[in-house]
Amino acid sequence: MRFITYLINGISLGSIYAIIALGYTMVYGIAKMLNFAHGDVIMIGCYVVFTCMSGMGLNPFVSVALAVIVCTVLGMVIEKVAYKPLRKATPLAVLITAIGVSYLLQNIALLVFGADTKSFTSVVPIPNISIGDITVTGVTLVAVAACIIIMAVLMLFIKKTKAGQAMLAVSEDKDAAQLMGVNVNGTISLTFAIGSGLAAIAGVLLCSAYPTLTPYTGSMPGIKAFTAAVFGGIGSIPGAFIGGILLGIIEILSKAYISSQLADAIVFAVLIIVLLVKPTGILGKPIHEKV
Amino acid sequence: MSKLNLKTINKTTKSNLITYAMVIGIFAVVQILVATGSMSSLMQGLLVPLCTYSIVAIGLNLCVGYLGELSLGHAGFMCVGAFSSAFFTKCMEDSAMNPTLRFVIALLIGTCVAALFGFLIGIPVLRLRGDYLAIVTLAFGEIIKNVINVLYVGKDEKGLHFAINDAKNLNMSKDGQMIIDGAKGITGTPRQATFLIGVILILIALFVVFNLVNSRSGRAIMAIRDNRIAAESVGINITKFKLMAFTISAAIAGAGGVLYAHNLSSLIAQPANFGYNMSIMILVFVVLGGMSNFRGSIIAAVVLTMLPEVLRELSDYRMLIYAIVLIAMMLFNWAPAAINWRQTHSLKTLLAKRKKEAE
Repeated sequence: MRFITYLINGISLGSIYAIIALGYTMVYGIAKMLNFAHGDVIMIGCYVVFTCMSGMGLNPFVSVALAVIVCTVLGMVIEKVAYKPLRKATPLAVLITAIGVSYLLQNIALLVFGADTKSFTSVVPIPNISIGDITVTGVTLVAVAACIIIMAVLMLFIKKTKAGQAMLAVSEDKDAAQLMGVNVNGTISLTFAIGSGLAAIAGVLLCSAYPTLTPYTGSMPGIKAFTAAVFGGIGSIPGAFIGGILLGIIEILSKAYISSQLADAIVFAVLIIVLLVKPTGILGKPIHEKV
Repeated sequence: MSKLNLKTINKTTKSNLITYAMVIGIFAVVQILVATGSMSSLMQGLLVPLCTYSIVAIGLNLCVGYLGELSLGHAGFMCVGAFSSAFFTKCMEDSAMNPTLRFVIALLIGTCVAALFGFLIGIPVLRLRGDYLAIVTLAFGEIIKNVINVLYVGKDEKGLHFAINDAKNLNMSKDGQMIIDGAKGITGTPRQATFLIGVILILIALFVVFNLVNSRSGRAIMAIRDNRIAAESVGINITKFKLMAFTISAAIAGAGGVLYAHNLSSLIAQPANFGYNMSIMILVFVVLGGMSNFRGSIIAAVVLTMLPEVLRELSDYRMLIYAIVLIAMMLFNWAPAAINWRQTHSLKTLLAKRKKEAE
């Protein structure tokens, strides 16, 4: 029974990782960059919801919608100002700029909201469900449902819509896509917008499940979600989902059965083993090299 | 005997000599500032960390700039070097060993253990490419930090005891002494690191990397970076040279860690000092200073470490300004548009234009 409870907690955390990883993996697939600021967009989303609910007393749904809008706009602005000028520069330059953006967001949050830990009230109105000894929290249900819905919608979006096909084309070959009349800049902007919007949703769920909020809340989940994306094969949407869920389960189970301090080490060790056996992740495509 | 003539020595040697001279020059200026009392104690406290960051940045630059592999785990090597050397110093504290000799041995131990870790981690990691390699090195760095946080080592009359997770598992006799106390780390290491030692270490690190990159091996390493397949086809042993560069890079980071450990009376493996944040900070020094430019790494390490301290009066805004400066510098340095602008507006072209107009 205890094991099942841990498993459910793992799936709950894993779904949140998966939602963040979906954003990560899309941005990576299109822009080929590690967006280190993604975790901090999550944090900004949390603060927006926190301010709306505790400060202005708004309805949870309105607050979440506002957070999604703020993060979407934020993601697009970051892309326009910081990443777009560097599109033809070395990947390392973009990486360092992303780190700069991450510092910037953290310090803005630090100045505006202060360094003290805010306690976040859950936005999920669904009560906990008990079946026998097992309790499933409302957050878990919402997180899992949100994760599956988001993944399904994203896959449909990419398969069925023109914008989605443009995304695929840009991720395959930017120059060729441009020659075929795809608006590359617009597509990249759209990807950042979707990724950041997802970050807001993930952030709200994360803070509802683990209700503490500081300017550094986003950075570790950001890194873990990136690990999850790599784990599943970066650039692959089902990969991000599988990677996120597995990572969440491994983390919670090692916390419960091995050592809470070593949980992160175990998560990373599993990642290393997976990558050594399958260097492009579970669902990643093998890299073909042309000479 | 050939006479040293500045005009006849080649460009690389000249550039290397300038770098050595710069380090010694900075040392001399700082000594004068300290002697005349015009340096605040806060700044003086920063001197040894500056040396630490410079050394680790030199090591990372070898890996990122010359080997062309992005490592986000160098804080892990620093951590290994710091803890192994502090462990040795702490064990030998009661013996009648000469403190200078003890520090030198600690330095060797820290460097060698970090090199060993670099070698062992390098074997699997260097098979991966690009961002995968980056994330795995990050993972290794985090694992090292986490494992040290649950490691307990004690010493009593029966010898050393090791345990994981809890000090009670050590089964130590009552008068035993804790050496590594899990998350509390190592406390009471003698503070032997001085600015002089730091500068000497920087010079040694520079000597090692300059000789490496200008040697046959160094050229092989750069060939691998520029085109791996071409390098392989002319008979360069890829694995050997990659491992060599990675191991030396880790060893230098370990030496930086030794300096770090001997500058603090209590050494704790925290996210702030040995987590991925530190690796990223060092990477920022390397990229901003210029990849495969060791002088640039040192300058960037000095400037970026001093910047928040110089801005201290602005208190809350200093890290915000730091972030904005970082983004602005990256855009200015690397954006194709900015590079074009700099080329058309540089002093050289402007002067040439004026000359042309005059004609």
